[in-house]
Order: sequence, then structure tokens, then C-alpha cells
Amino acid sequence: METADFEYVRDLVRKRSAIVLETEKSYLVESRLTPLARREGFGSIAEVVAKLRMSGFSTLHSKVVEAMTTNETSFFRDLQPFEALKKVVLPDLIAKRSPVRQLRIWCAACSTGQEPYTVAMLIKENFPQLSGWDIKILATDLSTQVLEKAKTGCFNQVEINRGLPSTYVVKYFERAGLNWQLKQTVREMIEFRPLNLIEAWPVLNPMDIVFIRNVLIYFDVQTKKEIFGKIKRLLRPDGYLFLGGAESTLNLDDSFVRSEIEKASVYRLR
Amino acid sequence: MHALIVDDSRAMRHILRKIVEPMGFQIAEAGNGLEGLERLNEIPNMELVLVDWNMPEMNGFEFVKAVRANPAYTGMKLVMVTTETEPSKMARALMAGVDEFLMKPFTSEMLLDKLQLIGVGMPSMA
Repeated sequence: METADFEYVRDLVRKRSAIVLETEKSYLVESRLTPLARREGFGSIAEVVAKLRMSGFSTLHSKVVEAMTTNETSFFRDLQPFEALKKVVLPDLIAKRSPVRQLRIWCAACSTGQEPYTVAMLIKENFPQLSGWDIKILATDLSTQVLEKAKTGCFNQVEINRGLPSTYVVKYFERAGLNWQLKQTVREMIEFRPLNLIEAWPVLNPMDIVFIRNVLIYFDVQTKKEIFGKIKRLLRPDGYLFLGGAESTLNLDDSFVRSEIEKASVYRLR
Repeated sequence: MHALIVDDSRAMRHILRKIVEPMGFQIAEAGNGLEGLERLNEIPNMELVLVDWNMPEMNGFEFVKAVRANPAYTGMKLVMVTTETEPSKMARALMAGVDEFLMKPFTSEMLLDKLQLIGVGMPSMA
């Protein structure tokens, strides 16, 4: 890939998503954009970039940004945060919210939906007493393409095989041809909406739990600080924040204090 | 630590061995359910069994029922690794006492994820 083309893509992605692509990530750009070029009828990445240069922000620009920002995900990814959720976080919040019988959970950067669906299934499986509660899981992502897939609740065998307990497969999924689809009772717990973390956020309800995992790692320091500032205003005073394993609020926002629950790092407001 | 691989395909037994052996298991192999029961008889402290469903002589489902009916094998982890993908069969296997069910084809990462779920080699989810 030509250096100038890489720099063009890097600047575009940086501007639209705040994700920083280091020069050594040019292999990543190639591996993500080659299928896109083919799909869109171009002979090479160079042709895609040439087309991008010819116009202002277009659908093609948007597709390139989405291709570069879609991240790997799986059900019960990392396991420990969900152990913490099951054993400590939800029991604590259920006790505190029993007068209002309401819980609000946000999965930011939800990708194809495995994280919010994991949360929904975990609630159904372990907290049947919440059946009469008003529980909403908001799941957002920058990419409308992944959200469309997420909304269907359809997953292929490879996705089902990864990290999902078989008891959950049997209880919460139905066969849909060669794929597996989550049952309506799980799908209806989640609202999927597009949201770009680095742009102005729409008005969101106060949240009891926020998952924003494995996305801040791509952002520069200033952007991380701005996002933590917004989460701080959104999270209820006794709420919980989950970050990815390699992420932390340390040296970025001292309003949060880290604690370890079930080997997972959990952040709470001071 | 001992683990048993029960599959009528030698190639599949080899693949599974390569994934599980580095976790510190001593591996025994069997080509069908009956042979699998013989191996269990020879090695009493088996911790983990990976078992296929469709095999000659005795299939994996019958093997699982036989193992779970024997109190000597309480606590043994059973993972079914199979081309079967019907939810009803998966449910039957779980009812019969399988701890996890992995559909072929799979990657080593998928198998390790499943083992993590049942606390083999890593902290348990239970």
C-alpha cells in the first residue's frame, strides 16, 4: 500500500473516529480495505483512495471508516466482567433499585451485539426475579452496518461456538437455517442505536451500568478524557463502569476509583 | 492430570491432543465409547474427557450416559465435540450430563474458551 494512501486513510479515520492508526498498522488497513474494495467494485485499495480524494465526505468514506473501526467480539468476552456482574454488581443494584424496579445498562461500542446479548441472557438466566422490572439495555456503535446485523440477533456457528455456554444456546437461541437466532424475549430487552463516541452524544437516560470495553484503547489521551467526562455525568452516583482489560481511568480522570471484583476491574465514582 | 480423547477419527484425536496436551494433561485415546470406558477403567483419576457423538460400537451419547451412571466418575468433566448441531441433540447431551458441547469445525481458541467456561485449566464460571 502506498504511503500517501495509508496517510489519507489514517487521517480520515482519525478525523471521523479519533482512532489512531500507527504506521505499522498499514497491514490492518490492507486487510480491512481489500474486501471492501472488492465488494464496492474497485480493482485495488489505491482506486478506492483515489475515489475518496475526488469528493467530500460520502457513503464510501463512511464505509472505509466503518471497516477500520469494527472490532472483534464474542459472547462472554473475557468472562471475568460477567462474573462480577452476576455475583456482585447486579445483586447490589437490584437491592438498591428495588423501590423503583428499574435498571438502565449501556453497552457503548457494542459491535455485532454479543456483549449486550450476553448481558440480557445473563440477567434472564440468573435473576428471574427481575421479570416484572423495567430493564433496558441500550447498545450503540459507530457503525450502522454492524448494528443492522446486531439487531437481527442472528449468529453463525462460528460465533455461537465462541465462549457461549451450551446451556444458553439451548435455552435462548433457535435455529434459523444454518444460523442461530436469539429468541424474541432476549432481543426485546435491547435497543440498538448508532452513536459516535467522539461526536456530540444524544440525550441519554442516567445509567446504572456502562460497558465501554476495548474501544478507548484506540483513542488519544484528550479524547479519552472527554469520553470519561461524559460518562461521569451519565453514570448514576452508585453505578458501575466496565472498561476493557488493557484500559483504565488512571491519569485520565480521577473522579473514578478502581476496584477489583471477581478478578475484573470495575470503576465507580468517588 | 489425565485427559481422555474419544473419537473414531485418528486425525481428530491428534488435533485435540495438540490443543489439550500443552495444558499439562497426560492424554489417553480411544476410538469409540466402549474403548473409552476401558481407558477410564485403566486410569481412574481422569479429569477431562473430550468425546465425539457418532462412533461405531458405542456412540458418544451412550458413553456419556454410562459415565454419568457410575458414581466413581463424579466430578469428571465431559465435553462433547461433534458435527451434530441440532439444538434438540445438544439439549439431550446436556441432560445426559455433558458439561459443554462444541460443534465441529472449531478452532483451538473455541475449545479453550469452552474449557474455561467449565473451569478446566482456568477459574470456573460456576
